[in-house]
Amino acid sequence: MQNLAELADVATETAPDAITAGLLRREHLSRLLEALRAEGYTVIGPQIHDGAIVYDHLTSVNQLPCGWIDDQANGSYRIQQGSGSALFDYTVGPHSWKQFLYPAHQRLIAAERLTRGFTGSTDGMPDQRYAFFGVRSCDLHAIDLYDRVFLQHPYVDPNYKLRRQSCFIVAVNCGHAATTCFCASMNSGPRAKSGYDLAMTELPTGDTHRYLIEVGSQRGAEIMATVPYETATEADLQEAEKVVANASAHMGRALDVRGLKEMLYRNFEHPMWDSIAERCLSCANCTMVCPTCFCTTVEDTTDLSGSRAERWRRWDSCFTLDFSYIHGGSIRVSTKSRFRQWMTHKLAAWSDQFGIPGCVGCGRCITWCPAGIDITAEARAVRESEINGPCEFSRSTHDSSNP
Amino acid sequence: MATATELPAVSPVTDPMLPVAYRIQRVKQETEDTFTLELVPAVGKGGAAFAPGQFNMLYVFGVGEVPISISSDPAKAPAIHHTTRVVGVVTKAMRLLKRGDTIGIRGPFGTHWPVEEAAGKDVIIVAGGIGLAPLRPALYRLMANREKYHKIVLLYGTRSPEDILYRQELEHWRGQFDLEIQVTVDRAASSWRGNVGVVTTMIPRAPFDASNTVAMICGPEVMMRFTAMGLQKRGVPDERIYLSMERNMKCGIGLCGHCQYGPLFTCKDGPVLRFDRIAGVLNRAEY
Amino acid sequence: MTVQTLEPIIRQQRFFDGMEERHIELVTGCASNVRFAEEQFIAREGDPADHFYLIRDGMVSVECRAPHRGVMTVQTVSEGEILGWSWLFPPHRWHFDARTQTPTHALKFDGRCLRTKCEEDHDLGYELFRRFMYIVGERLEATRMQLLDIYGNRY
Repeated sequence: MQNLAELADVATETAPDAITAGLLRREHLSRLLEALRAEGYTVIGPQIHDGAIVYDHLTSVNQLPCGWIDDQANGSYRIQQGSGSALFDYTVGPHSWKQFLYPAHQRLIAAERLTRGFTGSTDGMPDQRYAFFGVRSCDLHAIDLYDRVFLQHPYVDPNYKLRRQSCFIVAVNCGHAATTCFCASMNSGPRAKSGYDLAMTELPTGDTHRYLIEVGSQRGAEIMATVPYETATEADLQEAEKVVANASAHMGRALDVRGLKEMLYRNFEHPMWDSIAERCLSCANCTMVCPTCFCTTVEDTTDLSGSRAERWRRWDSCFTLDFSYIHGGSIRVSTKSRFRQWMTHKLAAWSDQFGIPGCVGCGRCITWCPAGIDITAEARAVRESEINGPCEFSRSTHDSSNP
Repeated sequence: MATATELPAVSPVTDPMLPVAYRIQRVKQETEDTFTLELVPAVGKGGAAFAPGQFNMLYVFGVGEVPISISSDPAKAPAIHHTTRVVGVVTKAMRLLKRGDTIGIRGPFGTHWPVEEAAGKDVIIVAGGIGLAPLRPALYRLMANREKYHKIVLLYGTRSPEDILYRQELEHWRGQFDLEIQVTVDRAASSWRGNVGVVTTMIPRAPFDASNTVAMICGPEVMMRFTAMGLQKRGVPDERIYLSMERNMKCGIGLCGHCQYGPLFTCKDGPVLRFDRIAGVLNRAEY
Repeated sequence: MTVQTLEPIIRQQRFFDGMEERHIELVTGCASNVRFAEEQFIAREGDPADHFYLIRDGMVSVECRAPHRGVMTVQTVSEGEILGWSWLFPPHRWHFDARTQTPTHALKFDGRCLRTKCEEDHDLGYELFRRFMYIVGERLEATRMQLLDIYGNRY
């Protein structure tokens, strides 16, 4: 993983005698939240709203989904209260952290008409600093991918940069994987390796859980110094390894990334795309939940008097019909072409643009697709068709001839 | 690194999403649906110099923004011209502006025509319709340094005689400079004295040395594709042919994702693209 | 009009590139040098088409008359290009008008004479038909592009 910290101008070297890891008891976890708030951070963390585990303002440890687990499959997401008392025993829900780093609606410019001409100023600079509490490794990698888009030459997004620089990250290592997870295939988890200020692993010892906290940066060490941690023993470290190993061993899906880019590029006309097009609703859910989708649109508006104008940036999706509109019509009219654009961009073009694939294996697109489309299955179908000859796509309802 | 709560201010000059005000010196109607805006910076010396082939994002206050290639002589910057057709809400609003009105400019963005690389070679320029506008800055550059190039040929095709852009200028260039200019139209009444036929039909006869030439093409995608094929037939290598691609743009700086052409961002990897990079995908539908 | 004067000129034309000597001779035997003033009709729609022309210099408009449209130019033919292929197939009638824009020099080929020679020498027939096929293909492609109206608002 690229050293995103460098891009975000975040200091990572810790002082030579600084703490590198510690153990926090369950009853002291709230002290961590308090320390972050005392430092001026607005803490965002997982909690339950409308039947899903989402990311929102976290003021107390009691808001965390204690004992809840999630059950995910193609086009299906359910949460239920289990019998345990773990605080992080689920994976990822419909939210990712991108809404805080790159808000869905962002005013960029406020302008005023003058007698002659107009004047405008940059707007929308963040007025709060976030601490993300409970960032899974896949999402850490997604943030790194966002850094590659917004913090590199020739144009750096100033709004993103400020939010990114001022954001404190408390990662959490996954103890199990959903059936839709495939971070291991994308080399983006389940273990958080870098890119965080602090990283937690929930150790399920008996009734009360303990938290191994690893320090990843100077400011992480500074926060750590204010909470009552205990020394982490070798046994604790090994237990943490077991927790993550459990997640690794139970990955729900896999994506073979060998030659993936070239394979998708040369299969532009593969019948698989037609088969998907019959199922895809172009609802754009996948792009909304995907933590690395970054497309936006720019809207210029004016008030009724016409004397004040604003420029807003809004999340957009390549699935919309007018995404590719250019004088007189859109380039990608069919659903097929729009799905193909999304998947080929994510798994192939991204590599050419930013160095690595744009997918972190979080599985959200599979879970939240109302048609249950699974990009790992589709990629596999293409790969297999190349080994065994043309693939038969029998899901077509009106197909009368073999491809 | 600052952990303090105050955040550094962003200078408006460095914000690439903030338009700079330019004043309209003149609005010139070129053809029935095409017009040119002649602009100068509203305050001070104004924007950066531009290279032929680059574009600006033009902002009409409160209405919106469109990407338009710069169509004037780079040597005359910061004064700039933009030639455009009325095709939508923003260009329609732009057409209603008058001398003295203000327009917002962001740019210049994008890649440019290979004017330097063409030194010592023949240059064949093929323009279709309004595609002549983004090529005009290159022509000015070539003519300003005429001695650096061998033969310069301009093939220009458009729909009908009424749609010929920069007519007077073409005549002027024909007369003043060592420049071969051939104009053709797709359809004409018999009163038209000149070529009738698509611009590609002029390629087989055009007087340039295919083994030592740089080609610059701009126009509708179909026209550019067939022109590139015609040049290939003449023996011009793919690496010496350049096209100017066009896609939907919102930000112009490679961040909104709209202008992607495969892995290429038209706004920053283009709009001028070398043909060998895109030859395999140019004829792909819905790419 | 003598065979000796025209043969080198004919051999120089790109259209006849690669043609064998004996075929060039046959073709030259059916050729003559012609000259037109400007605004002169070379052919009229419906007239018998027993000739084709290879333009040496000048420009010729291929025209079509239609009510309410007046006279439209559908194509121009100039130096090195061929005008007319209706001589190849029955009923051997011109489909369009051909009128010069400028004073024009051309090589005029007797189609009836060549048709006979092609029947006698199929190799000559192959050589001529191959070249004409190529031109017709090029013209078809160009015409399709014109049909697409690519400079219109929707392309």
